[in-house]
Amino acid sequence: MGQGSDDIAIHVQGLKNAFGDQVVHEGLDLDVRRGEIIGVVGGSGTGKSVLMRSIIGLQMPEAGEVTVFGVPMLGRYDEGEAEAIRRRWGVLFQNGALFSTLTVAENVEVPLREYYPQLSETLLDEIASYKIVMSGLPVEAGPKYPSELSGGMRKRAGLARALALDPELLFLDEPTAGLDPIGAAAFDELLADLQERLGLTVFLITHDLDTLYAICDRVAVLADRKVIAVGTIPELLALDHPWIQEYFNGPRGRVAADTAQRNGTGPDMAGSN
Amino acid sequence: MSEAADFTVDGEGILRFSGALTLPRLDDLADRLDALETPPARIDLSGVQRMDTVGAWLVHRLTRDSGAVTQGASEDCARLIDQVAQADKPCRIRPDHVSPLARVLAQIGAATVVAWQTLLGLIGFFGAIVVSTGAVIRNPRKFRGNAVARQFEVVGVDALAIIGLMSILIGIVIAQQGAVQLRQFGAEVFTINLIGRITLRELGVLMTAIMVAGRSGSAFAAQLGSMKLAEEVDAMRTIGVSPMEALVLPRVLATVVLMPLLGFYASLVAIIGGGILCWISLEIPPATYIQRIREVVPMTDLWVGLIKAPVFGAIVAIAGCYQGMQVKGNAEEVGLRTTAAVVQAIFLVIVLDAFFAVFFSSIGWI
Repeated sequence: MGQGSDDIAIHVQGLKNAFGDQVVHEGLDLDVRRGEIIGVVGGSGTGKSVLMRSIIGLQMPEAGEVTVFGVPMLGRYDEGEAEAIRRRWGVLFQNGALFSTLTVAENVEVPLREYYPQLSETLLDEIASYKIVMSGLPVEAGPKYPSELSGGMRKRAGLARALALDPELLFLDEPTAGLDPIGAAAFDELLADLQERLGLTVFLITHDLDTLYAICDRVAVLADRKVIAVGTIPELLALDHPWIQEYFNGPRGRVAADTAQRNGTGPDMAGSN
Repeated sequence: MSEAADFTVDGEGILRFSGALTLPRLDDLADRLDALETPPARIDLSGVQRMDTVGAWLVHRLTRDSGAVTQGASEDCARLIDQVAQADKPCRIRPDHVSPLARVLAQIGAATVVAWQTLLGLIGFFGAIVVSTGAVIRNPRKFRGNAVARQFEVVGVDALAIIGLMSILIGIVIAQQGAVQLRQFGAEVFTINLIGRITLRELGVLMTAIMVAGRSGSAFAAQLGSMKLAEEVDAMRTIGVSPMEALVLPRVLATVVLMPLLGFYASLVAIIGGGILCWISLEIPPATYIQRIREVVPMTDLWVGLIKAPVFGAIVAIAGCYQGMQVKGNAEEVGLRTTAAVVQAIFLVIVLDAFFAVFFSSIGWI
């Protein structure tokens, strides 16, 4: 750890975002290490999604710098370099954001076609097939249109598309919101599995305490317009911030901690390294 | 950066991969693998620097198709290949292909069914409006004056500028075209008959109905549609408010009341527009023009327009509200329903206009 910028996948410094008079972020700093799953939590309206959108370049911040894999993302007009970075990440939006006129499999093929036009049709179809199966979808989902899928299946299809380019960095915006507990647990497992196998760095926005306990290496807490703390859950629990205490020690937090303890993925293990 | 993916085959049929078996470093490796004439006996992965799932897939496909065994794979690579192999289930990419003839026939059938259902639905919806009108008349406390006044403003007052502009231009165009044609017979003076009669009988109300369908009918469909999507309409029902009385009735009432006013206003402005052109290009002074209009336009022309207007208004509002209330599912449907509302409203208005034309002629209002 701490061997300089090589270990840092995302570096955000002094970020300021504002919509009119309403300042969402001010002086926000955050470092995401390579190969970790970082959970981003915060109350409603603290700008979790805005932070993600600033990093991936969908929201122009008023001030600050954002560096992904050592490449500054803001204030550059060199599209070639930005494109090279863009192929190294995948994004799963809150509702999947699948293209509604394409089938699930065609959705998965879109990034591949865009960046690697030399791939043959058969190979494209094969890649789409195994990505779909890997994302936990049944094969019957391939030729279906997004409108024919349930919410959970749409999220998995969105994940399949986000993973299409074998990204090193994955952005997930509330992936388990709106899923039933079984589906959410399966999604967590899938994500942890993929992360371990592919060595992904995952930027995960979530409200789901079970997800935090189950798969996140570190958790960043957004409040008062900045990241007030980053650390493992035990490290956060040691802090004396009222929101953090209420979040993790509230009734739901305690239940999630108990569950995690029973499953052996609790904060003790996360804190022991 | 690691080397590009590559492979060599030696005399014993051992295929050795080297470099990074990853998507960005792949280049035409897949095609070259496909072009191999003899399947390899063994696959050596010890030279592979990195691998991603696409690389793993290529190795898996090769072993699956040739029956070769892999050797020298690092633990990570072996696991990745294993995972990809588990996900190897053939998956269709596109829906089944349907023959064009069958598809066209199916579309015609579906469109016929939809048209029939829409007609029935519109009639049913009209019935529901009549029923809730009855309920409001029996219990006037249910009448939502504020909502109606609000719709008066949106449907009527806000539309004055655009309808005025449209009508004055229509008046000018009729006068100009009429003058050019009638001049050939030396009958330029009949331009005034043309303007006065056609705007009051037909165009004033018809164009206004089209404009209101585009402005307000579509807005009704979009508003009610998004309220349906956001479950606002369901929330209303559970609270005990009838969406018919709270949402549909004010809109229909406002449109029915306002259409004659807007239609009359449009006809008047069109006559003024025609008058301006007559003054400038035919040198007929305004006083003469007004005098001639009074002589040649019978009172029945005004009645024809004014009788049609509320009917057109009702059609536009009912089509808009009906389509809005039919929205379910996703936001895309709001757009489709809004389009359908405008198309149906304009179509029905024109169909009914034809019936009115025959009817008024046959009762002698010519």
